[in-house]
Amino acid sequence: MARQTTTGQRALVTVAAWGIGILISFPIIWTVLTSFKTEATAIASPPVWFNFDWTLQNYIDVNTRSDYARYFMNSVVISIGSTLLGLAVAIPAAWSMAFQPTKNTKNVLMWMLSTKMMPAVGVLVPVYLGLRSMGLLDTRTALVIIMMLMNLPIIVWMLFTYFREIPGEILEAARMDGANLRNEIIHVLTPMAVPGIASTLLLNVILAWNEAFWTLNLTTTNAAPLTAFIASFSSPQGLFYAKLSAASTMAIAPILILGWFSQKQLVRGLTFGAVK
Amino acid sequence: MTTTFRILMGATALCTSAGLAAAQDVTLTVATVNNGDMIRMQGLTGEFEAAHPGIKIEWVTLEENVLREKVTTDIATNGGQYDVMTIGTYEVPIWGGQDWLKPLEMSAEYDVDDLLPAIREALSVDGTLYAAPFYGESAMVMYRTDLMEAAGLEMPEEPTWDFIRQAAEAMHDPDNGVYGICLRGKAGWGENMALLTSMANSFGGKWFDAEWVPQFDQPAWNAAMSYYVDVMGNYGPPGASTNGFNENLALFQTGKCGMWYDATVAAGFVTDPDDSTVADKVGFAQAPSAEGGQKANWLWAWSLAIPASSENPEAAQTFIEWATSKGYTELVAEKEGWLAVPPGTRTSLYENPEYTEVAPFAEMTLAAINSANPGSPTVDEVPYVGAQYVAIPEFQGIATTIGQLFSAAVTGQTSVEEALTAAQATATREMRRAGYPK
Repeated sequence: MARQTTTGQRALVTVAAWGIGILISFPIIWTVLTSFKTEATAIASPPVWFNFDWTLQNYIDVNTRSDYARYFMNSVVISIGSTLLGLAVAIPAAWSMAFQPTKNTKNVLMWMLSTKMMPAVGVLVPVYLGLRSMGLLDTRTALVIIMMLMNLPIIVWMLFTYFREIPGEILEAARMDGANLRNEIIHVLTPMAVPGIASTLLLNVILAWNEAFWTLNLTTTNAAPLTAFIASFSSPQGLFYAKLSAASTMAIAPILILGWFSQKQLVRGLTFGAVK
Repeated sequence: MTTTFRILMGATALCTSAGLAAAQDVTLTVATVNNGDMIRMQGLTGEFEAAHPGIKIEWVTLEENVLREKVTTDIATNGGQYDVMTIGTYEVPIWGGQDWLKPLEMSAEYDVDDLLPAIREALSVDGTLYAAPFYGESAMVMYRTDLMEAAGLEMPEEPTWDFIRQAAEAMHDPDNGVYGICLRGKAGWGENMALLTSMANSFGGKWFDAEWVPQFDQPAWNAAMSYYVDVMGNYGPPGASTNGFNENLALFQTGKCGMWYDATVAAGFVTDPDDSTVADKVGFAQAPSAEGGQKANWLWAWSLAIPASSENPEAAQTFIEWATSKGYTELVAEKEGWLAVPPGTRTSLYENPEYTEVAPFAEMTLAAINSANPGSPTVDEVPYVGAQYVAIPEFQGIATTIGQLFSAAVTGQTSVEEALTAAQATATREMRRAGYPK
């Protein structure tokens, strides 16, 4: 029998959900609002909500000062490139750990995660020197590789948990029917794990898109992505909150739109499997 | 010669020169801080490129701390990513001494003797100029003339810390949203530690004695810190321990501060009617002094330098001479008015009536810069240079930690004595680790 819910309860839940939703997205809403204000209104105290002269001047200023398209293209190449490269490495790795576990599989997983525990700045100088001697400073190639390495532990972990939900017997059946390893992974495992792979892909594109340590430190002009674009508008001296907000809005808009359209995939991927 | 022939000859000449220019094209990568004056310089790139065909400029414009991290990595690893770097008076003595920067030899037309002596000294190592000043600043007191009058007080040109306290008390009116004094409280070597180092200097204190022994356990630091915590707690705005330059600027511009002691560059912002609601009610005074001490010392200049790893040092020098020349000042004045020119680098600017007329703070700024003495910033002899900092590589790390300790003292989490004891322990430990005395 279906549980009875009163209108009051439903209203309460709705209000709570909206409240939490607005609370979480408040910083972004505020950034977008600020981007349409003048610098003086942006710092006004008490803050002005909607009742101000909306202006596009900040967007015009930001675009005259910086070449948005170049930063945007770099962000796209770096985030998507590193994620695809990461998946190519991580799918076989996760397959072997999920379906052919040894007594050390747990340790390997932990070890991979442990590489994320070291602060990135600790290896900045060696990485910088290495890239300098290879002539890779300020190139997208370098960033694709570094981003891939940064996110690889997360990709492997996520895929590992999705793959574990898939019964090994199905793969076994495929092998019985004569599928070799390549076919087993590409034609049997991957299609079954599409929701998991999709959400891994999306999450890692977002992570790589927002990464602001390596992308700032290893680039100057040619490979600088949107993080460098935002950084160039955040100033400790003088007030440029409105321009900074405009730059931030432009930088997060693409990923926000991508997230919006793929939210169904994301939720399905994150809740994939019966026990989660 | 027929007209046609002449046109043809002219066209050929043009093509040849264009071809030559293309062959010599040099692209300079210029790293700079995204403060207003530098953004303006970036906006004038076209003027430079038109006057110097064959040189193209690529900008890397970043927030101060991010930029510092990047250029420091690059210069320490000889990375060669930049041709021109924007650095401050803190870096120049350290990097110049390491031969990480190329010495600058300016042309006669540049008139290097026109640079303000204090700034020039701060950018030289053993008499050799390693960076050219883009804009310079010291610190001064900015105050609300209307509130001061209402309080029945008159700000002397050279106030004492005692007077500042008295005025803060008189102007403090939290019920109406006006706080007596705004000072930096945010932890950071370039935030609260710049202010506190300069304050301690004025109370007769110093960071290290001649043997590099930290001096936070001495009475002068205690006097400076007690004063600071007292006025911040009693007459400061709420949450003063998280206010940095920008937060205080916003507070002052919206009329919430009676007084503000900070960098002279703020004067241009608080008197700008577009951004400031109190633009016509701001007065200026010199940095305060204490009995038995001296005037608080402060000197900074954002400057352009050529890293030794640059592959285009000649073109870089050409750019630096352009960006820090008298001609650049005139160019900015012509395009955006005299208020917009980068201040604090050249004597000639302060002798120019067109500038002094529009900038009511010009005289005070010049006096502040001239009275700063980063070469010997303290009452007693010290082994270091730097007014609101100490120009040794270890300073950033130590001052960041101590800045947090002092910020905690403002919130009342710790007492002044505890903060100073902890600061002394931190500085002693770090200096021993770094191998001082050297």
